[in-house]
Amino acid sequence: MGPITLLSAVDPVWATFLSPELASRMQFGWTISVHIIFASLSIGLAPFIIYFTWKDVRTNEQRYARLRSFWVKVFAAGFVMGTVTGIPMSFQFGTNFPQFAEVSGELIGGPLAFEAKMAFFLEAVFLGVLLYGRDRVEDRTYLISSVLVGFGAWLSGFWILIVNAWMQTPRGYEMVTRNGMEVAKLTDPFAAFLTPRMPWMYVHMMNASVLAVALLVAGVSAYIVWKKPDTEAWNTALKLAVVLLIISAPFQAVHGDAYGRHVEDTQPQKFAAMEAHYETGQADLHLLAFPKSPEALTDPRAENLVTVSLPAVGSFLASGGDFDAEVIGLNEYEENPPVALVFWSFRFMVGLGFLFIGLALWGGFLTYRGGLADSTRYLKAMIAASPFGYAALLTGWYVTEIGRQPWVIQGELKTSEAVSSTLTGAEATLTLVGFVVLYIGLMLTALYILKWLVREELRSLGVRESNGGRWHGPIPWVSSDD
Amino acid sequence: MTDPLLPVDAYLVESLPEIWFGAVLFALGMYVVLDGFDFGIGMLYATRTDERERETFLAAFGPVWDANEVWVVAFGTMLLAAFPRVYSRLLADNYLLALGFVLALVFRGLGPELREQRDDERWKRYTDYAFIGGSVFAPLLLGMLAGRWLFGGATLPVALTGVALVAVSIVTGAAFLATKTEPGLASELRAYGIGATLAYLGGVVVLLGTVVLTDAGGAADAMLSLPVAAVVALSVAVGLGGSGLARRGRYRAWLASALALPTLLTIMVAILLYPTIYPPTGLLVREAVVSPLALNLVTVLGFPVLLLVLWYFKFLYGVFSGPIEGEGYGG
Repeated sequence: MGPITLLSAVDPVWATFLSPELASRMQFGWTISVHIIFASLSIGLAPFIIYFTWKDVRTNEQRYARLRSFWVKVFAAGFVMGTVTGIPMSFQFGTNFPQFAEVSGELIGGPLAFEAKMAFFLEAVFLGVLLYGRDRVEDRTYLISSVLVGFGAWLSGFWILIVNAWMQTPRGYEMVTRNGMEVAKLTDPFAAFLTPRMPWMYVHMMNASVLAVALLVAGVSAYIVWKKPDTEAWNTALKLAVVLLIISAPFQAVHGDAYGRHVEDTQPQKFAAMEAHYETGQADLHLLAFPKSPEALTDPRAENLVTVSLPAVGSFLASGGDFDAEVIGLNEYEENPPVALVFWSFRFMVGLGFLFIGLALWGGFLTYRGGLADSTRYLKAMIAASPFGYAALLTGWYVTEIGRQPWVIQGELKTSEAVSSTLTGAEATLTLVGFVVLYIGLMLTALYILKWLVREELRSLGVRESNGGRWHGPIPWVSSDD
Repeated sequence: MTDPLLPVDAYLVESLPEIWFGAVLFALGMYVVLDGFDFGIGMLYATRTDERERETFLAAFGPVWDANEVWVVAFGTMLLAAFPRVYSRLLADNYLLALGFVLALVFRGLGPELREQRDDERWKRYTDYAFIGGSVFAPLLLGMLAGRWLFGGATLPVALTGVALVAVSIVTGAAFLATKTEPGLASELRAYGIGATLAYLGGVVVLLGTVVLTDAGGAADAMLSLPVAAVVALSVAVGLGGSGLARRGRYRAWLASALALPTLLTIMVAILLYPTIYPPTGLLVREAVVSPLALNLVTVLGFPVLLLVLWYFKFLYGVFSGPIEGEGYGG
């Protein structure tokens, strides 16, 4: 009671610069951005962990034990961060968006509860075994534990994306009045869980996680190989990561293209924001866009941009074959999402996607020519590229989530109507600041942990400090001075 | 629009809403019992200065805390799935308490994980602060949240509920650790455990008296009802009996009785709530519950999994049963 009343008293001062709605949206966006990095780390690392554990148990080769041990440590640290950042997510629907929780409870409550019971428990319990139980259980139980942890991560994504896909393309419900409020009543579980968006989103997100982690593993491996070229284990890891990159990067582009068409069908307003397409009619495809003036960053309209465009190809792609197809423009709507954020996020993601394909092709070519490790330039490129899978994953989600605005449930409930009416600007701002400070600390710590693990690994490989070249690149976990 | 597999207009069994009320409180109880002893470990950790003893505590905590913590997510999401309005109001009306609680969990979870990453005294000290601070504030704020759920805005009963949860967490933490450590350390822990038991029982009696005298949240009558009286009497008996077992060095039996205390506390919460589920607005279980199809669905898909989860826990605690053998947090 005490602190709440106290803050309410100073509320008018705070509310002048951060409304409960804005603060809530920023807080949710920020906390989910941090959480999703760790959640997708679990998803993407799972295949690596299972593979290394399997090879370790089967072959007893030292290199697989080494790789398993290293990446399980990364997985464990990531999982702890995923847990502690995930719990706030499961409460924030109530604390900040209670109207959303109440309206959609019948639709989203089930999948969220299944996520906790079917997936989260599975991961948490068997991770305990994977981390602490090597000497306490048999090989087979140990291997099964690693598979169950990985399965849990992928199942967790499945249930969470059912919720998000429903928010994009809601169906399987009708609106009824309960306790004096219009709420969604579940009428068809199959329709509600398997919404049109769900398969698109699941495939795109799982592959994005694999791609992001492949780049991370490739970057770490490249760094260690660069410092210690004859390491058998890390050459194996590098090759494996590049193989996954070669599979996942082109697939993501092809799949993303088809996914875009589906978005145009189901959420034309979001699609128009992705292309900054204002006038309904024929749409060009902007392959590349650069701002002509600073205003273009905040208001990307054709006249502000230098674009490399294919005339009418936007229509062609969106319709699946018709150059004259009409693409609905943003001017048709009363209220639009922040177009600039969606437009530039989309371009950033797609641009990175093409960069990853380039790296994949280069890696494939080097493998064909005889060895990845022979090209120091490639190693350095992979080290530099290691965080960008995550950058693409995050910006992709910004397109999805910011592009859905002003709706929280597409066409049904606006975000502004979903925000808590009892929340004050002071409370929301206070917790926002708390989360920002804490999570920045958390992410810096995560990077330091990776750095320490890499350093320890180099030491155990017998690399003396200050041996080899010095790194001056942008990746924080790479030591430049030792 | 009908679903042939599940009844659409009627609950699978007539009392399904009440069963779900029980299921949601069961998840809360599992959380309070299991993560409760984790919090207790964290608080008792503050009494240790010897590095080896601290490592022993962390080794007891390491393999199980993350799985224990998931019960709070199970509680929250089950509440959302069955009683969305209660989930919404409880969290939105207690914004700072709820988010304070989850932030305390962040510190508590990260502390030990970060501690093992560096062999540096200052680093260890700071990560220990995070672990201990989080372990104190998480049960305190969760207890206060439960107090607000039961009694609304009344300050003293809310604070007492928080303190009671802190005290009972120390009891279970001490009993859990006593089964895992060598006799010398166990007998020191026993002293803390017995002290916390007395504090807890005293706190519950004061809470009861305060609510009866001030009629906080209109709960005076419920507090004086026979079921609550029985639960309180049982708690006193179990608490004192458990302390007796602890004195005789029968730690496993003490642990069993200690775990009964938070269980009884959760049962008391359930009795005080029912038949309403959100006393501050007088909302009844039957008014708050979702429609039959939605509840039937989460029952059919969720309950078998809940049984499976209980089996996982049996397996997990089986693997890590017995005393700690000198391994640190990192295993």
